[in-house]
Amino acid sequence: MSVRHAMLALLSEGPKYGLQLREEFEARTGEVWPLNVGQVYTTLQRLERDGLVESDGTGGEGPQKGFRITADGERELARWLRTPPDLSSPPRDELVMKVLVALHVPSADVHAVIQAHRRYLVELMQQWTRIKEDDAWSDLNMLLAVDAELFRLDSVIRWLDAAEARIKRAAADATAARAEQAGRREQTRAPLPRHRREARIRG
Amino acid sequence: MSMLELGRVSKSYGQGGAEVHALRDVSLTADEGAMVAVMGPSGSGKSTLLSIAGTLEEPTSGEVLIGGQPVGDLSRGAKARLRRRVIGYVFQDFNLLPGLTAAENVSLPLELDGVSGRKARVAALTTLDALGLSGRASHYPDQMSGGERQRVAIARAMVGERRLLLADEPSGALDSVNSEAVMRLVHDACKNAGMTAVVVTHDAQLASWADRVVFLRDGRVTDQTAPAPGPESLLIPEQNR
Repeated sequence: MSVRHAMLALLSEGPKYGLQLREEFEARTGEVWPLNVGQVYTTLQRLERDGLVESDGTGGEGPQKGFRITADGERELARWLRTPPDLSSPPRDELVMKVLVALHVPSADVHAVIQAHRRYLVELMQQWTRIKEDDAWSDLNMLLAVDAELFRLDSVIRWLDAAEARIKRAAADATAARAEQAGRREQTRAPLPRHRREARIRG
Repeated sequence: MSMLELGRVSKSYGQGGAEVHALRDVSLTADEGAMVAVMGPSGSGKSTLLSIAGTLEEPTSGEVLIGGQPVGDLSRGAKARLRRRVIGYVFQDFNLLPGLTAAENVSLPLELDGVSGRKARVAALTTLDALGLSGRASHYPDQMSGGERQRVAIARAMVGERRLLLADEPSGALDSVNSEAVMRLVHDACKNAGMTAVVVTHDAQLASWADRVVFLRDGRVTDQTAPAPGPESLLIPEQNR
């Protein structure tokens, strides 16, 4: 999330002072997303320069300066909220790569590799779930952020489960195909039936 | 003290070439007040493990101890008493009796155990109240939502002196909000009421409510989680902001 749009969102609730914006920004996002609070004041200056917020001209450049959102700022915020983030190209996923590589490393047990990652992800999910248990942590913002993280981690575990099932099935298919091939070879090596041997001699 | 202990439990069905090994050498311990989740795909042996832990099935080999008592040494009658008094079961499809109200469904196991109707009703209402369901006591299952029905099923599994709660995919048919409510109830039953719970599930979000997650694959315990540290380490320390 950009600091720029976080500021516009906070100001959409009503005019606020610089210090107030900094504190609210920290309270709403700081515990979950590592955003740089130092950017708050410079971002406000840029928003004012671009006509998306305006200041009341009091309190100098410091924390007591008051800000309000402009009509252009409201429009920019609405546009940003409805614009989907770019998810079209898959990210380079280190976990996916490790599982794919493990398939081709003769000494690697791909199921053990998958399980190591699965255990780590479940342990992380247990930690996130502990936040839900404690009412002290659990305001609505925090719960939504925790849910997002839990669903994300869960989707990775589901992929690991699906990958493991697919790898198992592929291995079973390969074994069946080898057995069939071996059976066919065995048949071609087997002595010809008597009438065919005789036919060959006569021919 | 451990409430449930499975020692090298194996279970197979059929014989000779048709023999199927549902569990192989499974050892598992659940201490009093602990919530343990068993995660695994379909066919990994989860439900068999739960049936054996609940004395509904006998292991082919190995030992089951409930409250320190080897179940194999118990007479049939003593096992039945254990199932009626100590163990509570929760199933995916709730298994409530449709002709009985919530309170009657919850009091039924006590009445079957010889507790008087009045005492059983008081105990049922107390448990329903503790689970936030006092307003639903006189409702029939078809007058309740899926989430409420499962909460009544949990009340039935906890009523009286029950100490061990065994749940098989307890929120399989519920949406995510109701699933979370069910897992929260099971979690609170362990932390606040000292119950011990073993929950089998394929769902990591549900399993993450447990203190410990055991992974089952092809009838074997392949791995388990380490005790999770508190959530503080996930959040950004004050000085780094």
